[in-house]
Amino acid sequence: MKGKQDRRGFFIKILRTISALFAGGLFFGAYAKQVKSEPSPIRPPGALNESDFIKTCIKCGQCLEACPYSSIKLAKPFTGIAIGTPYLVVREIPCYMCEDIPCVKPCPSGALDKKMKEIGKAKMGLAVLIDHENCIAYQGLRCEVCYRACPFIGKAITIEFIPNKRTGRHALFIPVVHSNSCTGCGMCEHACILDEAAIKVLPIEIAKGKLGKHYRFGWKDES
Amino acid sequence: MKLNRRDFIKSAAITAAAGSLGLASPAAQADDIKWDKAVCRFCGTGCGVMIGTKNGRVVANKGDPQAPVNRGLNCIKGYFLAKILYGKDRLKTPYLRKKNGKFDKHGEFVPISWSEAFDIMEEKFKDALKKYGPNSLAMFGSGQWTIWEGYAASKLYKAGFRTNNIDPNARHCMASAVAGFIQSFGIDEPMGCYDDIENATVFVLWGSNMAEQHPILWSRVSDRKLSHPGVKIVNLSTFSNRCSDLADMEIIFKPQTDLAILNYIANYIISHNAVNWDFVKKHVAFKEGPTDIGYGLRASDPREQGQLHRSSAKKGWLVNFNRLKEHVSGYTLDYVSKLSGVPAGKLQRLAEIYADPNAKITSFWTMGFNQHTRGTWVNELCYMVHLLTGKISTPGNSPYSLTGQPSACGTAREVGTFAHRLPADLVVMKKAHRQMAEKIWHLPEGTIPGKVGTHAVKMMRWLEDGKIKVFWSQVANPFQDFANLNPFAKAAREMDNFIIVSDAYPTVSAKVADLILPAAMIYEKEGAYGNAERRTQFWRQQVKAPGIAKSDLWQVVEFSKRFKLKEVWPSSLVANSEYTPDTTLFEVLYANPRAKKYRWTDPIEMGHDNDESKQYGFYIQKYLWEEYRLFGLGRGHDLAPFDAYHRVRGLRWPVVSGKETRWRFKEGYDPYVETGTGYQFYGNKHKKGIENRAVIWVRPYQPPTESPDENYDMWLCTGRVLEHWHSGSMTRRVPELYRAVPYAVIYMNPDDAKERGLIRNSVAVVESRRGKVRARVMTNGRNRPPRGLVFVPWFDAKVLINKCTLDATCPISKQTDYKKCAVRVYKA
Repeated sequence: MKGKQDRRGFFIKILRTISALFAGGLFFGAYAKQVKSEPSPIRPPGALNESDFIKTCIKCGQCLEACPYSSIKLAKPFTGIAIGTPYLVVREIPCYMCEDIPCVKPCPSGALDKKMKEIGKAKMGLAVLIDHENCIAYQGLRCEVCYRACPFIGKAITIEFIPNKRTGRHALFIPVVHSNSCTGCGMCEHACILDEAAIKVLPIEIAKGKLGKHYRFGWKDES
Repeated sequence: MKLNRRDFIKSAAITAAAGSLGLASPAAQADDIKWDKAVCRFCGTGCGVMIGTKNGRVVANKGDPQAPVNRGLNCIKGYFLAKILYGKDRLKTPYLRKKNGKFDKHGEFVPISWSEAFDIMEEKFKDALKKYGPNSLAMFGSGQWTIWEGYAASKLYKAGFRTNNIDPNARHCMASAVAGFIQSFGIDEPMGCYDDIENATVFVLWGSNMAEQHPILWSRVSDRKLSHPGVKIVNLSTFSNRCSDLADMEIIFKPQTDLAILNYIANYIISHNAVNWDFVKKHVAFKEGPTDIGYGLRASDPREQGQLHRSSAKKGWLVNFNRLKEHVSGYTLDYVSKLSGVPAGKLQRLAEIYADPNAKITSFWTMGFNQHTRGTWVNELCYMVHLLTGKISTPGNSPYSLTGQPSACGTAREVGTFAHRLPADLVVMKKAHRQMAEKIWHLPEGTIPGKVGTHAVKMMRWLEDGKIKVFWSQVANPFQDFANLNPFAKAAREMDNFIIVSDAYPTVSAKVADLILPAAMIYEKEGAYGNAERRTQFWRQQVKAPGIAKSDLWQVVEFSKRFKLKEVWPSSLVANSEYTPDTTLFEVLYANPRAKKYRWTDPIEMGHDNDESKQYGFYIQKYLWEEYRLFGLGRGHDLAPFDAYHRVRGLRWPVVSGKETRWRFKEGYDPYVETGTGYQFYGNKHKKGIENRAVIWVRPYQPPTESPDENYDMWLCTGRVLEHWHSGSMTRRVPELYRAVPYAVIYMNPDDAKERGLIRNSVAVVESRRGKVRARVMTNGRNRPPRGLVFVPWFDAKVLINKCTLDATCPISKQTDYKKCAVRVYKA
């Protein structure tokens, strides 16, 4: 454990040095432009939108140090993520949704927005149940591990019950993600018991479709 | 995954060949995996599975599409069946605590051979027998034993060592259900079957979190509701759980007040003229029993003082309907609503549902009823409601006690591996019953002692009192799953006794033991389980156990070789027998002339291994089965011949003339019911005054043993989660399941948490008068307790919540109440 901490500390130091070396915003601005076509990574809670985040984050690593679960990593070179910026690989370690949001508190730059007081309002990404063919819930097995792992069970993920036509006497328990409550914490992706997760947290801009501006769903009261 | 050129040509050639022969070449064939039918290792649902083996290893598994219970489906535990056998720390050899090369209770575990293991066991058993007599021995078994394992162990203790000190972990799980069945119907196990699900119009859950603990059955209930508009689900619990996702009405009641709610429902039925008089007059009798029965604590406990019927709690006397009417009239809506904390409107709605003559109601219950200091009563009160309305023994009308374990019914109950039981509902207290067993077992009269043995909880207390000297546990994890386990584990570690634990993995109990015996797991032996709908299912041995691990059957049978009759029976008994003083228990109980008629090999095995039969030279499982089933034939417990079960996906007993029985006690469904009677509750056929009738018991509400107060201000309720089986020894070794639910958390109401300065994920202490544990707080998880209650699952060996629980039991069933004790919770 100690060794691990030391190694982490070492990386942080190196990354801080790199950040200092290229302190000119210009370099990072240019880099930001370059990576814009890449999907943005999963950022810690309260992160500004990706382009503002990259411009604002000073790569100090304090969010990472504050995270009690080691969920936050700092991007190393050649990962496709701006060097030194914090991100999460939720399949490995998700965000455990601390109610006191310790990672945001020490952020000196505002890249993690202190206005975010409620962890439930975080939008790190959006969970999407991508693979309906291998998700065993779609085959009628009683899994729904993602649903029960969800810290907003019943809100961010609910279960849709559908009769199982194959057996004629069982029900499918289909996990359904709701973008208005999903924080992108990744507990679902982390917990998925498949060899490759069928549910994945994606950057919101990748995950979300967009309805034509002119159209409204008639049955929803959106006056 | 890349195919090289040679592989490509090869697979193309196979495809061509298969094509030309008109054969399909599914992936399985190309994989060269051999499939055979089996049963899931986990819960009482009893899903059929297919086990895939290759090169002596279970490499694959799938749900069995032909299995009527699950039709190819599994839950998340069943999905990982192939992995449970292959945890890295699987026990492959016996281990004994040693110092300087000799057994020492304070020594370190050292690997030893089987002969050395049996040497030390023999020494300890014989020493205890000589110095303290047979009742200083005890065996703790399991509802996860295969049928013949339980049967063989029962024979060894009851007939061989002549003590009834054998009791299964099903004591913690089903004992109250059993007592309820016996007292109300005179015969154990549900009258209905899973087909009730497809026929009911209302499901009422009474302390049964089916959504997690019987996943595939819940899937069937869900489909029934989805596919049939108007089908309703009512979920009664002491905390909100996932069954409420589909429930039309959720009723969260204060712990223990289920007793009052059921009495109110009866009051409503009677006062609203909803009694099915035709049914009641013909088929029901009424009884009442003592109420000062105590709480199953030690006699010295202050709460047991003045409880005059502590040891005669199951007594009863006949009363009439008017006595019941008078009794329940005190349970008014107002009173019960206040007592239970349930809004009057909800209670009344529930009563209306039961009173509706058109509703077909299946009431499911599991541990909420059974783990209850009035567990027997609350089972009986549910029967009362169903019997008053005649909603019983017909499709969809079912008071349904679900079992938790895969063979709590098949092994623990049907084989009767309890301190008071023998197979097929026979009991050791009755001379005629003992005689029947002695006749079937070819034993002289008087072999089986008539004194009830120590039930599980008493076993632990006797360990603490120094009365139990040799304790052997198989397929169980007693030092994780007994309530109030601190003093018991201490006694096991420190006192003058010898603790043997047979298991596949180094569990908490194995670490407490003096001797660890490595056990073969489910598909490493031939086996049979009986599920919660009386369905008996068989499987063949699929692979060999690792190292020198052996089945529990082998362990029991092999150990019996160490005892000659003159060492375990008095000479007068030996003289009355067909054996000599030097005949071994092995020859009397297992390798006798009857057994040797069942030759090994046998075509029904289809070329599968069977390590025990191969060694002994006869088909030992088949012998034990065929002998065992003699107990039930013609007595309402008929089981089919051995071979039949290898050909089908299980059969529901009684199996008469090759036909299974779906609904018992009802004419037309049950072959035991005589024509023209409509119903016969034939378990009571020969009982004076209640012949062929079911019994409604007059039972009051009584408060719990320990309730929250100013020092310990919260209720503690324990239970399971879908992802883990029991104490987690198998499922926590599956990396995916471990990751899905890595540790036990304290499910807690957010307001209670806030009041204590706790937030989600903070580490808190749960402390009772008996012990404390630390765990993380979960305020918005799958279980949502009301204020004043915490729920902590018991699967986690690092969160031994049973240090906190109270070993109070139902005085009739001796089953522990794991659902109610007082704790305080504070920041660690």
